[in-house]
Formats: sequence, structure tokens, C-alpha cells
Amino acid sequence: MEEAKQPRFKLNKLKLSPYIFILPFFLLFGVFMLYPIIYSLVLSFNSWTAGEMTFVGLDNYKQLFTDSLFWKSLKNTGIYLIIQVPFMLLLSTVVAVIINSNKVKFNYLFRVAFFLPALIDLVTYSIVFSLLFNESNGLINHLLGFIGIDAIPWKTDGFWAKIMIISVITWRWMGYNCVIILSGLQNISEDIYESADLDGAGIVKKFFHITLPMLKPILLFCMILSTIGTLQLFAEPLILTGGGPSNETTSVMLYLYEKAFGSFNFGLASAGAYIVTTIIAVISFLQIKFTGGGEI
Amino acid sequence: MSKGMKIEFTKILMYIFLGLIFIASIYPIYWMLSASTLDNTNIFKKLTPGTNLFENFRILQEAMPIWRILFNSVFVSGVVTISTVFFGALAGYAFAKFNFKGREPLFFVVLLTMMLPIQITLVPLFIIMTNIGWTDSYLALIVPFMVTPFSVFLMRQQMLSFPTELIESARIDGSSEINTFIKIVLPTMKSACAAVAIITFMQQWGNFIYHLVVINSSEMYTVPLMLSMMVQPGHVIHYGAVMLGAIIGLIPMIILFLFFQKHFVSGALSGSVKG
Repeated sequence: MEEAKQPRFKLNKLKLSPYIFILPFFLLFGVFMLYPIIYSLVLSFNSWTAGEMTFVGLDNYKQLFTDSLFWKSLKNTGIYLIIQVPFMLLLSTVVAVIINSNKVKFNYLFRVAFFLPALIDLVTYSIVFSLLFNESNGLINHLLGFIGIDAIPWKTDGFWAKIMIISVITWRWMGYNCVIILSGLQNISEDIYESADLDGAGIVKKFFHITLPMLKPILLFCMILSTIGTLQLFAEPLILTGGGPSNETTSVMLYLYEKAFGSFNFGLASAGAYIVTTIIAVISFLQIKFTGGGEI
Repeated sequence: MSKGMKIEFTKILMYIFLGLIFIASIYPIYWMLSASTLDNTNIFKKLTPGTNLFENFRILQEAMPIWRILFNSVFVSGVVTISTVFFGALAGYAFAKFNFKGREPLFFVVLLTMMLPIQITLVPLFIIMTNIGWTDSYLALIVPFMVTPFSVFLMRQQMLSFPTELIESARIDGSSEINTFIKIVLPTMKSACAAVAIITFMQQWGNFIYHLVVINSSEMYTVPLMLSMMVQPGHVIHYGAVMLGAIIGLIPMIILFLFFQKHFVSGALSGSVKG
């Protein structure tokens, strides 16, 4: 009896263990993620005043789509995305290829230096650059003055303000992506390049015909991460420009934050969050589809 | 131009290019250091360190409880990191090595929520925190982030390759399931744990928008929140003191980087830090 009982007891424990193992995760995940996600969806169809919800159907969505400021914030975010992400990834790839070529000395030093900006939190680096880009006194305009360029209105002109934001994001993330790409480069075998050398392929040809195609999966990975990150851009426009001048640099997340915690329009903000999440999902899907996917 | 000269020339160009990016990467960090020793009249004029360091520190300490805030950041990020790694590994292990009813749909939920931006939960979390009275407390800063779907996903991927025979032989030896996990499986997962830990720590260290929403008193500020409050428009900003605060806030991250450099790379590779 004793002997027959024990294995059955063990079997039950075996059946129960996985549930116990996932329990802490799903408990916290359920309360602080799943529930808020659903709550947010419900909120997006309601108006919220002093803790009371009133069903308003699609009003929040309608209101968003007719608000020119929402469109402007989406447009600004789109501009950041279309210009910053490809520019940065190109720069990261070129730098990674150069560092990876065994001709470069001190490549370890370069790698560490390029990664350093990624250690600095978003608020800190935004403040630093806000001072460096100061229009009348900042270092950057001083340097431009040395080479005879007039002071650039980094904060009072919409075009230059966008350039500033694109530049600082690139500063923060170039090295980070570079390190990811470097690890992809190290997986490309030397033999391929050697046989290309025999065929007489030049540096440029090798870059476009070997390096880029081989890096596709890892570049896709970087692209998706950067896309998600850019769509969530918040601290940089908040601190560098406050969204100005005349909302020329407002990102969609800054817009939603002001709707939620400036005017406490929780329903509208939730609807907006759902729209942005949908955009993220669609863009990620398209990027995977049009680049033919790839194992990550 | 001979071929040898041409190679030399490209080499020089390469070094100039790398050198420029090197300066661009490092200089703002050096500037932070030197700015933390300057007063407001010199901060835009001087590019070398000045003598105002102690005065800046006095201003900083008067404005903000800097050591308390540094502790808050370390404590919150630390606890969240330990919890995310442990519970992520535990759930990942169950998903990788056990057959149980509901495994597939549950894992699908994990995958589905992995890419969701934090903004989608921001407003509801604020409402929940207000309703249960957690605003302005460590509970609000820690509890909602104690687990992430990403860590479960990453851990599961890593544990799939763990030899099942080892788990079974431990079972036959009479080791309890949790013992097997802690003593046999977890020790082999050190690098995966380190990657998740670095990502989580960096994410929490930079967590700003949520802290902005649930924290009111300076006693509960974290480093990014403190800095953002110090540069709010409308009152006199002591830039030197702000930069000194930023430098102090940077120290733990630099120390971490010095000790766990290679895990930063594997962390970056496993993804999902940006934002």
C-alpha cells in the first residue's frame, strides 16, 4: 500500500508544480498588466469624470481623429521614425563594419565609448543636450560660429527643433545598435569575403552584396525595437522643447500624456494609446513581412 | 596613387570618422562632469572644470534629498530586477519543461503582451494606484513591474535546450520540483539571468513617465524624476547642481557596466530596452 501510494502522490505533485511555478507570474501579470490593458480598452469607450464612467461609444476615437493636434503629433512622430531610424541604423552599420574590420586598432576602446551613451537615462541626456543646444549660449552654436555658421534656432524653429531631436536620439542609440550589429557581423564567416576577394569585388560591392544581406535578420530586429521606441518618444520632446515651438515637436506620447494628466481626459488618452499600439503592431508586422522575416 | 597609398588613405579616413564619433559620444559626458563644477554664469562660457563643485552640492542638497533619491532608484530597480529574473525563470521553466493543460493558450497571452507599450497601462495603473492608496510609495514603484512577459519568453527559450534527462534523474533521486529548479536548472541559466537582469535594471532605472504620474513627494523621487523636477520651467534653474545630480545618478549604472560589461551586450541582443 505504502509503495503504491507514493508514486501517485508524486504524480499529482508533478501535475500541480507547473501551475505553482507560473502562479506568481500570472497573478502579478493579471492584476497589473492584463487587467489594465482591458480596463484601458473599456475606458476608451467611456468618458471619465471624478471616478464615474459614462459610456460614450466611439466619441473618444472620433474626437481624436478630428483633433488637428493629434494628427500633428502623429505626423511629427512619423517624421522622427522615417528619418531617424534608417539614418541611425545606417550609421550604426557603417561604424560596426569599420570596427569589425581587423585593420582597426583600439576597436575595444571604440566599442566601449560608443556604448556609453546608452547607459545614461533619457531624462539626463535630454537635459544635457538641452543645454548644449541652447540657442544663444550653447556649445553647439558656439562651435558653428567658429566655422562661420550663424546661430541655428534649435528651439524656436520647428524644422531645426526636429533635427535636434533626431540628432540626440541618434546620439543615445547609435552605439547600442552598433553593438548588436557587431555581434551579427561576427557570425559572418571570413570565407565568404575571401571568395569575394578572389572574384575581385570591392569594398562597396562586398558591403551591399554580402554584409547587408547577411545582417538582414539582425537589422530587422534593430528596426523593430527602434520603431517601437520612437513611437513611444516622450522624455526628449518634453525636456528639450516642451513640444514647441507651436507643437512642431510634440510626439504622440507627449500629446496623450497631456490629455491624460494635463486635462484628465482618461477616455481620450486610452483611445489614443490603443491607436498607437495598433500602429506599432501594424508597422512591426509590415517590417517583418516586407523584409522576408528572419530568425532572431 | 599607388595601391599601398590608397589603402593608407582609406585607413586614415576611417580613423578620422571613428575619431569624430568617438568625440561626439564622449564629449557630452565630459561636459556633464565639467558643468557640475561650474556656476550659472560660467556654465556656458567655460569648457574646463571650475571651482563651484561644493557650492553646487550644497544647492543640490538643499533642493533635493539626493542620497535618499539615489537609494530609491537603486532599491526600486534592484528589487524589481531580482523579482523579474526569479519569477520569469520560474514561469519560463514551467513553460519549457512541463506538459500541462492550458500551456499553449497561456504562453500565447505572454507572447501577445510582450510588445505592448507601457503607455497602454499607464492610465489604468494610475487609477488603480489611486484607488488602493499606493501612490507615492515603494509599493507603487515596485509591485506593478515585478514580472514581465519578456523575461518569461526569454527564459523559456533558454530553458528549452536544458537536458530533460537531468530533471528526470533528479526526480527519481527524490528531489522536489522546486529544489530541482533552484539547485539544478537555475545555476546553468546564469547568462540568461544576467541578460534579463541588465535589461530590467536599465529599464527600471530609466522608468520616468510612470514615476512622473504616481509620485508626488521629493522623498519618493527616483533619479530621472528628480532631474526633471529640477529643470521645470518657471523658477531659477541651477544647472551646475542639476549636472552634479545627474553625475551622482550615473554612478550606479557605470559601476554595473564595469562589472557586467559582457552581459550588457547579451542584454542588448535579447532586446526590448528602448523606450
